[in-house]
Amino acid sequence: MQRLPWIPILIILTIFAMAIFAPLLAPHDPIDQTLKDKLLPPFWFEGGSTKYILGTDAFGRDILSRLIYGARVSLLVALLALTVGGGVGLTIGIVAGYLGGTIETILMRLVDAAFTFPAILFALLLSVTLGQGLGTLVIAISLLLWASFARIIRGEVLALKQRDFVALAKVRGCSTLRIMATHILPNVLNTFLVLVTLNIGVVIIAEASLSFLGAGIPPPTPTWGLMVSEGRGRIADAWWVALIPGIAITLLVLSVNLFGDWLRDRLDPRLRQL
Amino acid sequence: MGRFIVRRLLHGLVLLFMVATVVFVLGRLTGNPVDLMLPEDATAEDRTRLIKSLGLDGPMHTQFLVFIGNALQGDLGTSIRMRQPAVDLFFSRLPNTLVIIPWAILLAMVVGIPLGVVAALNRGNMLDRGAGTIAVLGIATPNFWLGIVLIFVFSVELGWLPSGRMGGPEHYVLPVITLGTFLTAGFMRLTRSSMLDVLESEFVKLARIKGLSETVVIWKHCLRNAMIPLLTLWGVFVGNLITGAIVTETVFAWPGVGRLTYEAVIYRDFPLLQAVIILKSILILSINLLVDILYAYVDPRIRLS
Amino acid sequence: MNQDTVLQVRDLATYFELRRGVVKAVDGVSFDLRRGEVLGLVGESGCGKSLTALSIMRLLPKGGARTVRGEVRLGGENILELPASRMRDIRGRRISMILQDPQTSLNPVFTIGEQLREAIFRRAPAKTAEIMKEAVAALRRVEIAAPESRISQYPHQMSGGMKQRVVGAIAMSGEPQVLIADEPTTALDVTIQLQYLKLLKRLQTETGMAILFITHDFGVVARMCDRVAVMYAGRIVECGPVAEVFERPAHPYTRALIASVPKMTGERGRLATIEGQPPSLLDLPPGCRFAPRCNLAEPQCIATYPETADIGPAHTVSCWRSDTR
Repeated sequence: MQRLPWIPILIILTIFAMAIFAPLLAPHDPIDQTLKDKLLPPFWFEGGSTKYILGTDAFGRDILSRLIYGARVSLLVALLALTVGGGVGLTIGIVAGYLGGTIETILMRLVDAAFTFPAILFALLLSVTLGQGLGTLVIAISLLLWASFARIIRGEVLALKQRDFVALAKVRGCSTLRIMATHILPNVLNTFLVLVTLNIGVVIIAEASLSFLGAGIPPPTPTWGLMVSEGRGRIADAWWVALIPGIAITLLVLSVNLFGDWLRDRLDPRLRQL
Repeated sequence: MGRFIVRRLLHGLVLLFMVATVVFVLGRLTGNPVDLMLPEDATAEDRTRLIKSLGLDGPMHTQFLVFIGNALQGDLGTSIRMRQPAVDLFFSRLPNTLVIIPWAILLAMVVGIPLGVVAALNRGNMLDRGAGTIAVLGIATPNFWLGIVLIFVFSVELGWLPSGRMGGPEHYVLPVITLGTFLTAGFMRLTRSSMLDVLESEFVKLARIKGLSETVVIWKHCLRNAMIPLLTLWGVFVGNLITGAIVTETVFAWPGVGRLTYEAVIYRDFPLLQAVIILKSILILSINLLVDILYAYVDPRIRLS
Repeated sequence: MNQDTVLQVRDLATYFELRRGVVKAVDGVSFDLRRGEVLGLVGESGCGKSLTALSIMRLLPKGGARTVRGEVRLGGENILELPASRMRDIRGRRISMILQDPQTSLNPVFTIGEQLREAIFRRAPAKTAEIMKEAVAALRRVEIAAPESRISQYPHQMSGGMKQRVVGAIAMSGEPQVLIADEPTTALDVTIQLQYLKLLKRLQTETGMAILFITHDFGVVARMCDRVAVMYAGRIVECGPVAEVFERPAHPYTRALIASVPKMTGERGRLATIEGQPPSLLDLPPGCRFAPRCNLAEPQCIATYPETADIGPAHTVSCWRSDTR
């Protein structure tokens, strides 16, 4: 058994703390523009100042503060999208797997279709029709998640259905809904948990990519993807504006993926193929 | 084999119909799609003309029939910003995307698959761990940022390669790496894990009993089998390439359909975006059909069933 | 080394080195295989039969077991010491093997013809068309009907019995002197088992190759083998001609195994079973490994491992109490 991945856990906890205590930790207001201080490099470079530890962007906003507030968006979107998308996938997986028959066929056809077409395309379309915002973003990213949850949970349920305790519950006269809720659901929660962890990285990258493409939370709210996008044009003279938030994204995704791999090996090694 | 292709083709048409339906519904989610389809300076005359041509004064099901009918005739609306038929715009940009996607796939195959095989053969030692670390990093790095980092290092700092736009071969290097990294990392991990399974199998033992050389055992007997899971997950990879192209082309100012998608989003050009999504779906379905045929070629159990 | 001996195994030991300790799966196995004979290697599952075979072939699973000592002499040279490339030349050509499970022994993505071609090509490199003629002949030899059409088929289009015939054809296509058959009929239907054994016996008589026949079934030994070696917990405990061992089994374990074979004729009694479990290979007793389950065991049996003793013509046994019935 692999050891507990301490470093990733520490990074995840740090970013969590950043998100929760953002107003206490941020040295500046993330939206306040101080134009006379624009495009200052991080303090350890020439021209940098300890007033802005990680430097400032083209509007003179403090990058560290925006980074800290940006963690809120990343984690909030991840939490909501995993709840909605994961929840829908979990429900569909259980219903399809347990009921079988035509319902299963139809639901699984939908899952196959969802796998064929990248959800990001529909997310972009949603942002244009519904307008940008947290709600749109959560729906969009949920579209990305539900199918893979549904497919794997269904597989688990198919195996569970054959077990004696399910037959026993049927003999006792439990209703279908009751069996699904009290006998099937608790037994797929481990898998669900592993899937949630393995998908946090997917959600964070999706959120950042959508923000980068101008389909995420609208400015001026700081998000990591938007920060990269804003710094992109200044890469030649102010590299830190685009590179620093990208490091944050990569570090967080890397950490949750490593943690997810570890958790999967612990709880549900059969999912290794994913 | 012929029947197999026809069946896949019909399956694809059903999926395409579903996509068109979703796009249609999303366009009407906010009520009147006219506002989404006209420039801000449109006159009342333009409005009535559009309403007539899309049948928007009729009930929903006639609107849908008009939508599908127009689509079948190759009319997916007119771009608000560029005032050109969206289909024409798409096809004028498509070749620019099609010249980088194969290179990204090639990169993933040439680097990812052999690296996965080598990692599997060296399971647990430094080589395996090194390759594993690279793969984990490749999956965790968002490719829009990777593109910017590459530009910073190779264009700004070192000045070796151009930072964007189309041009000679040197213009391809950074976009192809950016687009291909996720795929390479994915291929590597998948090849490694399926190779490990295959290496344990009895037929590999029999191949060795026959006295075949390790080269033949691994690169012929094992790899061909290890490719099967790679092909089953192809849909995921294709989807990733198509969305990856949006970001990559945006970063490198590459005038392909990915960049066109980005422009449609930031300029809120709904007719263009709707057309791009439907046409990209057709593109994805065509690639999937090709892969299905390849899959059937690799795995006779599919071909002959 | 006797002129007639084609394969001589001496003190072969293969261990799994685990974190919890060393698993002595094969622990000092010695036997001779003579030209044209069928030697049965019998024992319960997990006694080290298959691992002995894989050790001889040098095809142990990577990262698992390792052969730590012993000699395997094939025609006089110790093949355990050969470089990997020389060992490859020997495999398939001089020593070959049939695996247990025909469902997984053939590569699912290549045709039967291609898998045979690779094997035949090693013996006689020739144009594909010519090799295919030979492949058809090879399939005919293992009694596969309509071999011309089978050649272009894939494994999943064949039944288990037919696949095992193909595996046999592949294993024998290099005309080896020694063939190891590792429970070749265990995975087959009972009716097909018998056909397969007959086929194997006929091919063995025709070619004069020697077979090391691994099985857990004394009934199959009686049908197939000239001599038999009984294996228990990583060691051979008794070895001798089949008739001799059947009539005068000297080791209590052999006796128990024979008693557990249902008899076709004679009185129908209860089948004998052996009480207890084989010892853990991680923690072997110093004495006879069967002692904990043996009802003849004495203090000496538990204290020291018995020497191998000759007790009749070509009949050896490792037991302190072999004289006791």
